[in-house]
Parts: sequence; C-alpha cells; structure tokens
Amino acid sequence: MIEAAALCKRFGAIEAVREVSFVARDGEITGLLGPNGAGKSTTLRMLYGVVTPDSGRACIDGIDIRGETSSARAHLGVLPHATGLYGNLTARENIEYFGALQGIGRERLHVRTAELARSLGMESFIERRTKGFSQGQRIKVALARALVHDPANLVLDEPTNGLDVMAIRNLRDMLQELKSQGRCILFSSHVMQEVAALCDQVVIIGQGRVLAQGTLQSIRELGGTSSLEEAFLQILGPAEGFD
Amino acid sequence: MPALFTVFGKEFLENLRDRRTLLSALLFGPLFGPLLFGAMVSRMLDQSVVESDEPLQITISGGERAPNLCHYLESQGVRLVSVSLSEEAARAAVRKGVSPVVLIVPAEYGPRFTQGMPAPLLLVADSSDAQTRKSADRIRMLLAGYDSGVAQLRLQIRGLNPLLAVPVAVNEIDVTTPTGRAVVVLGFMTYFVLFAVLMGGLYLAIDSTAGERERGSLEALLSLPVARAALVGGKILATCAYMCLSLAICLTAFVVVFHFVPLERLGMSANLGVGTALIFFTICLPFVPLGAALMTLVASFTRSYREAQTYLTSVLLVPTLPIAFASIYSLKTKSSLMFIPSLSQHLLMTSVLKDEPIAPLDVVVSAGSALGLALMLIVLTARHWRRETMLG
Repeated sequence: MIEAAALCKRFGAIEAVREVSFVARDGEITGLLGPNGAGKSTTLRMLYGVVTPDSGRACIDGIDIRGETSSARAHLGVLPHATGLYGNLTARENIEYFGALQGIGRERLHVRTAELARSLGMESFIERRTKGFSQGQRIKVALARALVHDPANLVLDEPTNGLDVMAIRNLRDMLQELKSQGRCILFSSHVMQEVAALCDQVVIIGQGRVLAQGTLQSIRELGGTSSLEEAFLQILGPAEGFD
Repeated sequence: MPALFTVFGKEFLENLRDRRTLLSALLFGPLFGPLLFGAMVSRMLDQSVVESDEPLQITISGGERAPNLCHYLESQGVRLVSVSLSEEAARAAVRKGVSPVVLIVPAEYGPRFTQGMPAPLLLVADSSDAQTRKSADRIRMLLAGYDSGVAQLRLQIRGLNPLLAVPVAVNEIDVTTPTGRAVVVLGFMTYFVLFAVLMGGLYLAIDSTAGERERGSLEALLSLPVARAALVGGKILATCAYMCLSLAICLTAFVVVFHFVPLERLGMSANLGVGTALIFFTICLPFVPLGAALMTLVASFTRSYREAQTYLTSVLLVPTLPIAFASIYSLKTKSSLMFIPSLSQHLLMTSVLKDEPIAPLDVVVSAGSALGLALMLIVLTARHWRRETMLG
C-alpha cells in the first residue's frame, strides 16, 4: 500500500505539489493522471524518496520512506521516468546489479533473475549486452530491475513514453499480471486512454493539486458526462485555465 | 559496505568492456609520457654527442690577412671555408642560415697586429639559434685561447714572466653527480607520471557520474535502499583501481624506455630501475584517491559527458601548477612543501632520481596531506550526492 498524506513541495517560487493526498491499495492499479507539469513526477519522487517533501508524509506499507536506506524502499520497486540501462552490461548483469544492491544473496538472485526472464519473456536476450536493445526490450529489463527484490509495491513514472503499440500492450499485460499477484501498482500518465484501459482507481492532478479521485465510474459522474475524456477535461478545466 | 564493493565491481567490469576507457586509461594516458620522453631525450642526447665530435666548420672572410690565426684554428680541427664577404653580406648570410658562423678579418688586422695594438676581428653569429650558438661558443673559446697564447708569447719576448698576465687561475669544480646531471633532463618526467595517474581515472570518473545521469540510470540507482556514501565510495574506489593500473603501466614503460635511452653516453646515469619504480609507485599512491575524488566531485556537478570532459581536462592541468611554480623558483625539497600534493610527489620522486636521502617524515607528511585532502573531497562528493539537485 502506498500512501501520500498532504505532500507539499516547492522549488523556489514554484509550488510544484500542494497538499497531495491519496492511497493506492494492494491488488489495484492506481493511475496518477494529469497534464505535463502538473506535479506527477515530483509527487512520485517524494513517494520513492529521492525528493524530500517540505511537509506531509509518504508511506510504503505504513513505513515512512524518508532516509536513503529506509526499510520502506525494500518494499518498493521503482521505474523512474528515465529508464537507462548500462549498455556494456548484459540484461542479466543489469538486473543482478540492482538485486545485489538490494542486498539479495548471489544464489537467490540467480533464481530470481531466471524467474523474471521467464515471466517477462526475456530469455532470448538475457545474456546479451543491452547496447542496441529495442525500446520494448529495454522496458522489460528496467521492469525486471525494479522487481528483482519482489516488492509488494511498484511505482512507474510514465512507463509507456516512447514505446510502440506492441510494447505498450505488452507492458499493460505485465502490469495486469502483477496486479493479479496482489501487488500495489501506481503509475503516472498524461494519456487518458491509457489510464482508462488499465486503472481501478484514478487520481487526477493539476497544478500540483488533487482535483478528483475515485473509480473510473465516479470520475465520469463527477464530470457529469459519460465520456471519460470529457470528464477529464471538465475536471481539469478551471485549474488549467480552459473555459 | 557490501554495497560499496558491488558498485566497485560493476564499475570496474563495465569500464573494462568500454574501448574508449581502456584506450585512454590503460594505453594513451600511461604510455604517452614515456614514449614522448624517450624519443625526446634520445634525440637530445644524439644531438649533443654528435655536436661535440663533429669538426667545427666556419666561414672566414679575409683569412689571408691572418695566416697565423688560420693555422692555429686548423690545428685545432676547425675546417675553414674561405670566402670574401663584406660585413653586410656576412650578416645577411648568417641571418638566412647560409653560413652558421662567419669570422671576418678586417684590413687593419695585419698592421695593428704587427704594431702590438689590439687587432679587430668580427664574429657574426645568431645567438637565438641553439645550433649556431654552440658553434659560436666553440669558436669564441678557441679565439680566447689564441689570444692568451699570443699575449704570453709577446711578454716572454720582452723578457717578462708570462704568468704576470694570468693574475687569477679559476678552477671550476662541478659537483653535479652523473645522476644529478640527468635530473635536469629528467625533471619533467614526474609530471608525466602524475598525468598518467589522472588519465587512468578520467573516463571512469566521468562515466560513473555524468555518464550515469546522461544514460538515465541515475534516478533508478538513487531510489535503491543504499547509502549514497556507499555509491560514491564504490565509484571512487573503481576510479582509483584504474588509476593504479595506469600508474603501474606508465612506470613499467619508463623503466623499459630508460633501459634503451643512451644516457650513459653523456656520463649520466638514470637511476630508474625496478626498485625505483616501486618507490615511485608508493610515493604516488596517496595521490591516487585525491585525484579520483577531485575528478568525481567535479564530474558530479556536470550535466553531460561533454560538459564533464571540458571541466576535467582542466583538472588534468592542476598538478602542473605547483610543479611549474617549483621549477620557476627552483624550490628544493623542504618539509614545509610536503603539504602540497603533486608538488610533494614531484620533489620526492626527484630526490629519489638524484639518489638523495629522503626523510621518512617527509614521506609521511606528503602521504598524509594527500590522503587528508582526498577524504575531505570524498565527504564533499557524498554530501553532494545526497542533495535533490543530483537528479537534475
């Protein structure tokens, strides 16, 4: 379970995140939806602990994330906006490097990597150096890297960026699979259709504030329209300065 | 602690597979100095050996007016080329390099010589040209010899003791040992050694910081439950490992090069065998973490590979400053100078080359100050890595 409680963050004169609160529950996919610059990345960064909130709390399974060696991080897998790999290392070495840094022993790590290779369909390229991998292959390795310590929670920052249709569908299937394993999945996106296709819960964020949250159905009702896109624009409207 | 070694292992392996790092860290960096140095020194030696053996050749104008002088010069092994040149033409000839040195015997030479008055000679040479300056120096010495010879002869004929004309007898005692003389030539080799040390870690320092950011792997790394100090420590340690390798390769190359450079032909001995190389390695070892921490710190502030390269190239020049300063003011090894990294390594290595005794305290101070400064920079780097701005 991932909890954001009244998170605030300001960079100089800019209030990037104001009083953001929501809960992403286990066994559900929660979508953080908002236009570019709404404060999605900053919110997620506070949740995985690389940015310290000015006020408020971020908890993973009830443990405060603050502190670089916080035990909360052991419960959390992170796929940041930038998912760069080490080109001179093989896919396996990339995954096992992160596993070793998570404190997993060599033998368990080997078993775990084989498991991930099978479940994510990476067996054909697991021993190849990642230089020259396709976007689809890269996202699989990055996802495996985030899941290597078998975390109950997963945070993904715009994971579909730069992926082709096939890769997006693949990722979607993988996230559904992870959800069915009972994990808590939180991902951000500025693409409404993506959220609609995947999420159980939606948190709409604009200009650093939570504008609406709930199930897809309740969002539609809130917007007073049957189209999710209309509802999204309705909710976003005043905050984004649309008429 | 295990995280530190995990990071170390990964950085070491990753860069071992990178051709650019390997070429610059383990080939160009460490070998550039010894090869350039070997080529330069052997060329310099060849030249000076050849010059002192070669018969001196000068152009003489009006030589028929001074047959005795010509005789004397020829008896000293000087080859005379007789021409007829005015002073103007002689100047032009020397300036254009047609004749390196021209000796003009003016018309009044003969009459004044016979009257016992100072007889004029004109020596035309270009002192800005190292080659002709040597020839001019040699001919000047020969002329001085002729001058005093004739003077003493004249006194003797007049019944005076010729020694009256030699009021002072200067005996020069050169205390330079053969090794010491070589040090003048070898003075700047210490910089090549320090350069190789830094070059060894340059690309790794960039790749593990700015490279990590540019590749987009930094944020994922920073979100792991690992202390930033362990990440920084592992990266600096890997940089140190490459720097040590580069240092070892450089010193080995120097030992090999010195084996072939004919320093003995000038009565010099280069005190650089395997033993000296090991002492050099020990002297430079404390400089390794200092250089690694400095480069990692600077690279951590940059946004891209290219930016890091720009800044780190100037870091490569940092150790030259104290060394250049030392040679301008010809500083001698002093305990107070041992607090200055790179200068202290330079002075200690020079002392070893000169076969001078080294105070153990100096070595301790040199190592201590470098390591102390390194520790400070490592702490600064780790602190910077804890800041949110690291994400970029």
